[in-house]
Amino acid sequence: MSSYVDPCAHCEEMMQPYLDHVLTEEERVAAETHLDECELCRRRYRFEESLRVYVRKATAEQMPVELRQKLSALRVPLD
Amino acid sequence: MQETYVRAFRSWASFQPGTNLRAWLLRILTNLNIDRGRRQQRTPQMQPLEANDYYLYDKLAEDTGGVTDEDRVVERLSQDDIVSSLAAVPHDFRDVIVLVDIGDFSYADAAQILDIPVGTVMSRLHRGRRILKGALAETALEEAGT
Repeated sequence: MSSYVDPCAHCEEMMQPYLDHVLTEEERVAAETHLDECELCRRRYRFEESLRVYVRKATAEQMPVELRQKLSALRVPLD
Repeated sequence: MQETYVRAFRSWASFQPGTNLRAWLLRILTNLNIDRGRRQQRTPQMQPLEANDYYLYDKLAEDTGGVTDEDRVVERLSQDDIVSSLAAVPHDFRDVIVLVDIGDFSYADAAQILDIPVGTVMSRLHRGRRILKGALAETALEEAGT
């Protein structure tokens, strides 16, 4: 962990797996330790989280209401 | 929308028990929605750059004169920006973004649906998100510059 010259660059590499919850415990703790100390990385992580929510919302709204209803109906007999 | 129904019901006959219905439908619908987004794109020849993970945030924050509130920075992107940028991501990468980030499928589910190894899902997701952010940055900066 400490072998990385630039902790922010390492933190960037950890961002996607961190937000996907696939880091090992040790990696997660290391990322959070850096995030506690670095406001810029913290902001960047939060931005990424917001962006993911935003992308999901933006694309979900592309689906027409009638189609979503039809989908719900389709799912009932098989789920 | 009619087109979607027809395609969904035609595919209904080939539905295999044990596969994930939600995934199956999502894939059809998403492809159509993305296709529609692509048709509406202003610059279809755009080749999005592959940015690093922080590129988009840094550009947007810089462009808002140092406003760094994450939610406000995100809100600079319009729904159209998101859809057209997603449509600009090469489809191999877009498929995994759609399944994992929008459809909320696990890596393993996405791997099964796309019939690719989990490691490939992970690497495509990683690169795909960066490409998407590069496209979003280009779109946002282009708008800011006009």
